[in-house]
Amino acid sequence: MSVRSLESDLPICFSEVGIVTSGVAILDDISLTFSADAPTLLIGPNGSGKTTLLRAAMGLLPVSRGRITWGGREVSPPTRRAIMFQHPVMLRRSAAANIRYALAAAGVERAEREPRVVELLTLVGLEPLAHRPARRLSGGEQQRLSLARALARDPAVLFLDEPTASLDPAATKAIEDIVRAISARGIKVVMATHDLGEAKRLAGDIVLLHRGRIIESGPAERFFAAPAADDAKSFLAGELLI
Amino acid sequence: MPENASALHLVLTGDPALFAIVRLSLIVSISATFFAALIGVPLGSLIALTRFRGREPVIVVLNALMGLPPVVAGLAVYLMLSRSGPLGSWGLLFTPLAMVVAQTVLVTPIIAALTRQTIEDLWLEYRDELTAMNVGPLRRVRTLIWDARFSLLTALLAGFGRAAAEVGAIIIVGGNIQGFTRTMTTTIALETSKGNLPLAIGLGIVLITIVVLISALAWGARRAAERFSG
Ligand SMILES: Nc1ncnc2c1ncn2[C@@H]1O[C@H](COP(=O)(O)OP(=O)(O)O)[C@@H](O)[C@H]1O
Ligand SMILES: [Mg+2]
Repeated sequence: MSVRSLESDLPICFSEVGIVTSGVAILDDISLTFSADAPTLLIGPNGSGKTTLLRAAMGLLPVSRGRITWGGREVSPPTRRAIMFQHPVMLRRSAAANIRYALAAAGVERAEREPRVVELLTLVGLEPLAHRPARRLSGGEQQRLSLARALARDPAVLFLDEPTASLDPAATKAIEDIVRAISARGIKVVMATHDLGEAKRLAGDIVLLHRGRIIESGPAERFFAAPAADDAKSFLAGELLI
Repeated sequence: MPENASALHLVLTGDPALFAIVRLSLIVSISATFFAALIGVPLGSLIALTRFRGREPVIVVLNALMGLPPVVAGLAVYLMLSRSGPLGSWGLLFTPLAMVVAQTVLVTPIIAALTRQTIEDLWLEYRDELTAMNVGPLRRVRTLIWDARFSLLTALLAGFGRAAAEVGAIIIVGGNIQGFTRTMTTTIALETSKGNLPLAIGLGIVLITIVVLISALAWGARRAAERFSG
């Protein structure tokens, strides 16, 4: 039974964070702040370090240099954070049972679980598939179930790692609509994407990563209207960052 | 083929001597599988989920012990239980219980090694999600064992199949005493050498049937796994 922490995880601050894995620097000199407002979108080409940054912010990866703080604390169990991985893994049970499991793991009382399961499945439009084995769902349905499972933790911060990659436009729109809805509810969304259009549609703030470094970060409006860094300009112009 | 005919006759008419032997064999092998599971599943899970020095050699040895020759297992248990052995005073040698012990020794590594592999594979798959859900160690183990239940059942069936079919271990520690420690395999060995083929063949038929049944159950477990978990 986990006890809900009353302190907020926000803001999440990275100061001069470096992450080195097997001798390779994957993130270098990352300083940024995720605060409680509109979604922050992490953009950058494949391999630029988006996944690594999200995992570190979730508290799943130790940093090699610098430090990360959650609401000012250096150690914080992920009771009010949730993540939807780039390749979500469905537990071997029904869609509803996947959510029920997340609720139990989050310490939700048994009696409160069923109504929450229905509510979450409805939110992501999977009510009719509640009893389907989760691994039999389509890619888009699995993404939505994974989103519902993350929301079951009643997070203050939600990390989404390319939740719409490899989805068709309709499925992408379904996910983006849910993201907007949960953001409107006051949940901080930090989302990685390599789709510039998606970043434009959702972002309050933008962080552009390239080779493990921040090329540019700031309010989305300014970023898209007048990027400062040369690499940001060429990225926006649709050139390949290599 | 008068011998085959009388063998079938023994099976189909429910010959009491034959069925007493079949019954004892099943009791011994099922008990051994039960105790082996009791030790092997927790042991395998523990090795799968912990990191300690010398872990890899332990896994290599455990995998090797899956092929432990039954006569060696029998010999080891014999040395423990024989009058001059450390447990000699228990007086277990040449009893059904001694056979259960020997088959438990034989089957435990099979169940432990298969469990280790199964749980470790599933953990690799689930690790990120369970960690992100802040799932504690106890619930973690419960989840992995439950979600791997069909594969673990297959491991138990493999262990039982091995126990039911072996002759080397139980003949050494059981002594093949008529009406007391005779099992299907030891009786087949003895009766064949005495030339009493109908009983041997009858038991052979029963044994093959059991082996096929185990395989069918394992198949069923696979199908159930697919149906329930996709
Ligand atoms: N565990 C790891 N060991 C070694 N290299 C890694 C590891 N994880 C990621 N990398 C490397 O770090 C870089 C950034 O990876 P990642 O964070 O997944 O980028 P993105 O999500 O932007 O595609 C890639 O070059 C990747 O190969
Ligand atoms: Mg990634």
